[in-house]
Amino acid sequence: MLRLPKFELCTPHTVAEAVKLLAECPGAMLVAGGTDLVPNMKHELFTPPRLVSLANVRELRGICTRDDGSLVIGAMTSLADVAASDLVRAHAPALAQACSLIAGPQLRTMGTLGGNVLLDTRCQWYNQTYFWRQALGFCMKKDGEVCHVVKGGKNCVAAASNDSAPTLMTLGAMLDLVGPSGPRSVPIDEFWVADGIYNKQLAKDELLVSIRVPKPPAGHRGAYGKLRDRGSIDFPLLGVAVRLDLDASGAVEHVDIVVTALAAQPKRITKVLELLRGTRPGTPQFDESVAQAAALAHKQCKPLANIPGDADYRREMVPVYVKRTLHAAARGEGPVHHV
Amino acid sequence: MRRMGEYRLEVNGDTHEVSAPDHWTLLEVLRYRLGLTGSKQGCDKGDCGACTVLVDGRPVLSCLSLARASEGRAITTIEGLMPAHLRAGGKGADPVQEAFDRCGALQCGFCQPGMILSARALLNRCPAPSREQMRDALSGNLCRCTGYTQIFEAVESAVATSLGLTPAPRSWEAPPVAKEARP
Repeated sequence: MLRLPKFELCTPHTVAEAVKLLAECPGAMLVAGGTDLVPNMKHELFTPPRLVSLANVRELRGICTRDDGSLVIGAMTSLADVAASDLVRAHAPALAQACSLIAGPQLRTMGTLGGNVLLDTRCQWYNQTYFWRQALGFCMKKDGEVCHVVKGGKNCVAAASNDSAPTLMTLGAMLDLVGPSGPRSVPIDEFWVADGIYNKQLAKDELLVSIRVPKPPAGHRGAYGKLRDRGSIDFPLLGVAVRLDLDASGAVEHVDIVVTALAAQPKRITKVLELLRGTRPGTPQFDESVAQAAALAHKQCKPLANIPGDADYRREMVPVYVKRTLHAAARGEGPVHHV
Repeated sequence: MRRMGEYRLEVNGDTHEVSAPDHWTLLEVLRYRLGLTGSKQGCDKGDCGACTVLVDGRPVLSCLSLARASEGRAITTIEGLMPAHLRAGGKGADPVQEAFDRCGALQCGFCQPGMILSARALLNRCPAPSREQMRDALSGNLCRCTGYTQIFEAVESAVATSLGLTPAPRSWEAPPVAKEARP
């Protein structure tokens, strides 16, 4: 039995109310679906005096398109709804695929897209009970000083484990935030910092309102590949988001590959566009370029033993998943998953 | 600071006045305030699915739901399935419960309330699911006795019953495979 530490629960009905309740109590935290925060609180990783639940804030739910063709998803929209949305599937296939693979059915009903974007980083030395962590003298992410992953390490290397974030990066998404000083928008690419303790540039009194995905070109293809131990429930051991835009003649115009669950922030594989631009899916040149892109990804990714799963195995699976996910995107298929 | 909440929860069609601290989960309120111990406390951190209940008809994990944030939602636990079935004019237990019984889809039974509720939510949404859809819908419920084969057979049996068809023979009733004739 795991009990929650004591806190005061607030259940506002509007965003303005939620921002006020959050700001007036130092240390207060927001809770959306609770699928990440509640187990973490049961492990005493967070002990806020107040929780502000967004469950009743209706204005944060829903999926719609704007006049400029961009897709707007409310931060409190459940992962199940995002995965099942025809609008998201057509506009941002990789995002719909990623959301369909997050955790299990019950957790997708509860969990929200905003909550997944803002997921706490994970580490096998951190996501444990208080008793477990205390026996090891804690770690630098919570209560301690040292890192058990990198001996003598000065930086926390807990892994960004949000499946939605890499797909949103390939899609050039914008995050709409609001705080006591008003609203602001930030491109998701500039949102992350390489610090496993807190890997995002979100002030503690700010709230994520919506995620905006610009209109993709007509030849847009996208896919998501996820490696995990079981076919359900588990967090990713590796996540690969692929964007492949084809021009009118069917040749590759733009490519973007972002991998996650390796380090504290999602990582973009660089120099893949030069390899794949101008090639046509289904031709030997395309297959050859995909193999080269996979080899490049292998060279650029060096996972640490921060989450369960052997680090060497996860590294060897990088080219495998990059290759499979690129081919799936080219065929307009996906997600790539082992079961 | 107000830590104790007094609120109403709608569980299995009944409205309950609840007085519980803010930090209690829905599972704790169901089990230790309302006495509805059918929802099981397994891992208590969202892995096993033993605490699955339906909230507005969709399966959620009550061990990760904050009880007071569930105010105003229609909550269904395993205890509520049979009364709802009878109210709807049915006889006996819910067809999914009957099918789990008929197919012996349990060993220790700990995962069963969660399995049945996940299956019930699937059948409400999709009356004739494929085996693939069943596997997907039940993928958030773990059975540590490894009884999945009979659980899937039970869901198929419930589908057959609700469509007015004769359920397939149970696994132990299948005709024996004919031995190859020896030369």
